[in-house]
Amino acid sequence: MREAAIVGYVQGPQRRYAGAANESELIMPVVGEVMRQTGVTMQDIDFTCSGSCDYLQGAAFAFVEGLSALATVPPIKESHVEMDAAWALYEALLKIWTGDADVCLVYGFGKSSPGELRSVLTLQLDPYYHVPLWPDSVSMAALQARALLDSGAASERDLAEVVARSRVNALANPNAQLKGRPTVEQLLAEPAFVSPLRRHDCAPITDGASAMIVASGDAARRLCARPAWIRGIDHRMETGILGARDLTRSPSARLAAERAGVARGRVDLVELHAPFSHQEIILRRELGLANEVPVNLSGGALAANAMMVAGFDRIGYVAGCILEGKADRGVAHATSGHCLQQNLVAVLEA
Amino acid sequence: MSDAREPVTGIEVPINLKYEFTAGAALARFLSSIREGRIVGQRCPGCSSVYVPPRGSCSRCGIATEEEVEVSDRGVIESFTIVHIPLPGNPVKPPFIAANILLDGTDMACLHLVSEVPTERVVVGMRVQAVWKPREEWGYTFENIAWFKPVEGA
Repeated sequence: MREAAIVGYVQGPQRRYAGAANESELIMPVVGEVMRQTGVTMQDIDFTCSGSCDYLQGAAFAFVEGLSALATVPPIKESHVEMDAAWALYEALLKIWTGDADVCLVYGFGKSSPGELRSVLTLQLDPYYHVPLWPDSVSMAALQARALLDSGAASERDLAEVVARSRVNALANPNAQLKGRPTVEQLLAEPAFVSPLRRHDCAPITDGASAMIVASGDAARRLCARPAWIRGIDHRMETGILGARDLTRSPSARLAAERAGVARGRVDLVELHAPFSHQEIILRRELGLANEVPVNLSGGALAANAMMVAGFDRIGYVAGCILEGKADRGVAHATSGHCLQQNLVAVLEA
Repeated sequence: MSDAREPVTGIEVPINLKYEFTAGAALARFLSSIREGRIVGQRCPGCSSVYVPPRGSCSRCGIATEEEVEVSDRGVIESFTIVHIPLPGNPVKPPFIAANILLDGTDMACLHLVSEVPTERVVVGMRVQAVWKPREEWGYTFENIAWFKPVEGA
């Protein structure tokens, strides 16, 4: 297999409401900045791939309009996934592994503010039996949280501890949307939102965009003194029928972590894409992480959760730590669907 | 199969989602201008192309467009199609002519209707001009122009 590495990553501001900005206006600054930082021009890019979902802002073919942010003359090779951009990165890697590309641009954008996110996400379900009932994303996560609490694998205090750590970690992340120093007691005193979840157990609604340059071995060494090598990456999916799953476990995350080679070396940091606090506890267990491994130093999805970007941002954050020399080996996770239905795990090394 | 019931061939699952559409900064300025009866596009600082309606960026150069340019409400038909099939939810009754119209002073065609001409007389390259609705009907929409018609004497 050809080597591949991340050589640049830029995250835009993560905001509850990005104002009047359309998709190109969100994408242009991050794509422009990652190209400036890496010295890559559109002429150097062999393949471009993006992740987004038109249902979020309710604009048909918004992902095509998003291409207005790129220089597309002469014509470019381009693709799109209606998924988190972590899977757009995976498609770009396929192009590199097969020898079709050496330098790829990957970006994701999500503007959830124009719509009703909890209902929009319902459309990910089976259209015949589940969508007509309109279960919303928070209620489904609450079912999972309840199952986890009832199993004895976590307590409400454990959930609050996840949130408190996320808020404190986010203080060091200038792009984070939610940050602070709440105590566990303060969090536990908050009322239930959708029982047993409190508002702070749920990721915020976020508008944002991020971009990355990924390159094959020689190109990566040419572009970057210390690339973040992707040593393993794997994604696995479970059924979309919630009733057919044990929601307290995530066999797909476990398998993806195993195939990506998480256990093959020391782990300096982990970024887990857990849009709900209890999901971080489930993922920690499935990835077999030691207790002392720092999790979500960025604040994670509880600090900012731009849909179709937040999983990609986990990979980007770990890559950034390696690029800056702060870490030698890290693990990043992205999820998609309800209740951790689909999971991607990547292992990055200096 | 001994089951004599009629097979289910379809179910109705109404989906209603509400959005507060955001046009984008560039398009919002375009819509404010057209409400006053002016067509305002944007010029790319790189290749000088003028876009109407503007998207805030040049898809040729991948850079932001800032300079605003008022353009003519006359142009030329770049391509067209005569639509005979009614589209669900479309208030325009067929047959009608949908055309890509390159307004004078712009570099990318915009889509609009062509009328006041027998369909068999429409040709690529035909010069057309906007037919504006009465001023009191103007809003934040390109529909302030009812359609385009051939330029008289052209």
